Amino acid sequence: MKLSQLKIGAIGIIKEFTDLEMSVKLMEMGCLPGETIKVERIAPFGDPIAISVSGYQLSLRKREASTIELI
Amino acid sequence: MKDRLRIALVGNPNTGKSTIFNALTGLNQKVGNFPGVTVDKKIGFSKLADSTNLEIVDLPGTYSLYPKSADETIVFEVLSDKNNPSYPDLVLIVADATNLKRNLLLYTQIADLGLPIIIALNMMDLALKSNMNIDVDGLAERLNVPVVPIAARKTQGIEELKKAIQYRSSQPFQTSTIDVELIAPDLIKSISTELNLDNPYVALQIAHQYQNISYLTKTQISQIEAFEKQYDFHSQKSQAAETIARYNFINDVLLDTVKYNSVALEENISNKIDHYLTHKIWGFVIFIAILFAIFQSIFAWSEYPMYLIETVFVWLAQIGHQYLPEGALTNLLIDGVLAGLSGVMVFIPQIALLFAFISVLEDTGYMSRVTFMMDRLMRKVGLNGKSVVPMIGGLACAVPSIMSTRTIENWKERIITIMVTPLVSCSARLPIYTLLISLVVPKRYVLGIINLQGLALMSLYVMSIVAAILVAWVMKGIIKSKAKGYFIMELPVYRMPRWNNVGITMFESVKTFVTQAGKVIIAVSIVLWVLASYGPSNRFEKIDAKYNSQSLQQRYSSTEINRLKASEKLESSYAGVLGKSIEPGIKPLGFDWKIGIALITSFAAREVFVGTMATLYSVDGDATKMESVREKMAGAKNTETGLPVFTVASAFSLMMFYAFAMQCMSTMAVVYRETKNIKWPLIQFTYMLVLAYVASFVVYQLLK
Ligand SMILES: Nc1nc2c(ncn2[C@@H]2O[C@H](COP(=O)(O)OP(=O)(O)O)[C@@H](O)[C@H]2O)c(=O)[nH]1
Ligand SMILES: [Mg+2]
Repeated sequence: MKLSQLKIGAIGIIKEFTDLEMSVKLMEMGCLPGETIKVERIAPFGDPIAISVSGYQLSLRKREASTIELI
Repeated sequence: MKDRLRIALVGNPNTGKSTIFNALTGLNQKVGNFPGVTVDKKIGFSKLADSTNLEIVDLPGTYSLYPKSADETIVFEVLSDKNNPSYPDLVLIVADATNLKRNLLLYTQIADLGLPIIIALNMMDLALKSNMNIDVDGLAERLNVPVVPIAARKTQGIEELKKAIQYRSSQPFQTSTIDVELIAPDLIKSISTELNLDNPYVALQIAHQYQNISYLTKTQISQIEAFEKQYDFHSQKSQAAETIARYNFINDVLLDTVKYNSVALEENISNKIDHYLTHKIWGFVIFIAILFAIFQSIFAWSEYPMYLIETVFVWLAQIGHQYLPEGALTNLLIDGVLAGLSGVMVFIPQIALLFAFISVLEDTGYMSRVTFMMDRLMRKVGLNGKSVVPMIGGLACAVPSIMSTRTIENWKERIITIMVTPLVSCSARLPIYTLLISLVVPKRYVLGIINLQGLALMSLYVMSIVAAILVAWVMKGIIKSKAKGYFIMELPVYRMPRWNNVGITMFESVKTFVTQAGKVIIAVSIVLWVLASYGPSNRFEKIDAKYNSQSLQQRYSSTEINRLKASEKLESSYAGVLGKSIEPGIKPLGFDWKIGIALITSFAAREVFVGTMATLYSVDGDATKMESVREKMAGAKNTETGLPVFTVASAFSLMMFYAFAMQCMSTMAVVYRETKNIKWPLIQFTYMLVLAYVASFVVYQLLK
């Protein structure tokens, strides 16, 4: 399952990344394998999304979220 | 021994670096430039109890030493190059206690650069409130670095921080975090030898960043490139491995030192607020309402102070004419300089208010929510959610806004943002709009609360934003680029605005406006006054002779003669000749030659318009009667037809011209500096001029 498929309020755990370039940027921002993610809300036009991860909120586009595989 | 201890402030964005900087240095600071790049360098000074002098440099906020934007490159350059004039003796790392894990990533990178470090653990007030339990001493022991808990916003812990700086060690004693050399052993060795480096992590960072580091020579760069081929170095893979190793270290440290008892309280409140502020419908309703309220208040609250300023200037002119000896110099001072200045100073209240509102939107964290809501829409037209900030900032001034586009990582999105930002109605257009609207739009309320003049003003602003979006959409189709844009952005928790910060912003913006605009305006009004007061060959003498003739003296009263004489002189002056020569081109837009003069002078800066009008109509007008610029313009008549110059049609046409034309040299200069290619400011100038002409033409022909 990908992060982009989660509904608002749903929780997942990061398994791996499918894009190396994105993974570098995401990991620097605290999105690491094993980290718990919660989808907090989705922007009015359906994209981007806001997630909670390692204690703060991050927004990212759906396409970027789709490179995150969840357990 | 050096006379000064240099400290670099480093940390993630929004961790309170600036707050600490202000707490340490007070108002004893100045803004400079890092050599070669256009990043503002904020330096402040302070003194310790043992009278050591401190020089503190506030570096741009960053999540990692691997830069994501142009601004962030400077952090590694300063911290890795011993010859850099800002190379610090000590690094003060500001870490947000409520978000330690992500904040410590940057710490571990800097620790490995081998500089002496002190950690300022900021936001301790929030950490305590949310029941986080941080073992500060344990943390200091694990890292072997002084850790000072502070709450900078409440100025708690600042004294302790100064003590820690006083008792600092001059050597780096921090425990090493990861085994850097394992990541690329051969490459690190080769680069270290080539560049004569003693630190393996500096070598590894250079392996990643060598293309953007300004202190490397061309031969060094090609040498590094060759090494990387030889050892088959893959930058992204190596970076990923490094980041994972660093987080392993961090998790290990935090396991023993931090206990989370519940979710952060602030975040709960923020979530509740966001439920409304980023809501599908309410989010936009509130956003529009906020913008609407801002423009209504700018109009309403500035009315009285503007009236006061106007009165003062009219009074000054009166005094001047009364007490100064009559003559050319007095006229230059009063009708040239003073009239020009008054036309501009009157807008100080509006500009201060506009900057204050924008600074509140930024400070509270609302601006990043707007970015979040708008990203999808903005992407459709080739922009990025982050383009919203420069575009809203463009309401104040395009120059700093264009500089702020550096946060947009994608080149194409950034160029388009730069190209359309000057279309957004900046504060320099405000004086022109206000003046023209007050001339032709009645001051009436509809539906009880909506001020017609305010509504007209707001429509102009909305139009400017719509135009920016449409132009962006066109450019999206024209500019080619392969790189894909991305949008990974922290959403900070909502915070109360800091009112003294708002005050400082207001003060700074007014100061810049008055000095920058003031200089141009004084210069332009003097030149203009000279051009308007003297003419080619002996035309002026002929006019004098004509009006001295007996027949005319009998037909008109003496004041009438003076007025006729003055306006005929203006027409045959150098300025008049200039205006007349472009009149055929601007007649279809509804402008006469006097407006033509204002258009020409405004290409230096838009602010000049009001001053030009004031100067032209003072030269023309009856010197014994004191009026404000507005009154002079309202009374202006076309010299040929005798009809008023400023009608609804010509005033709106003129506003269209100022809305679209690129009349600002500073903006063109900054666009050139940011794009490093003269092509972009030229394209921008041309397309905006074409737009301006077409829009004015259409509006005038429709309303006429
Ligand atoms: N509650 C709390 N807020 C703080 C503290 N220090 C800074 N802030 C707030 O954090 C926000 C970001 O601060 P700023 O100094 O601009 O951060 P910078 O981006 O690192 O320069 C501002 O709204 C500050 O008022 C603190 O110790 N406690
Ligand atoms: Mg700051």
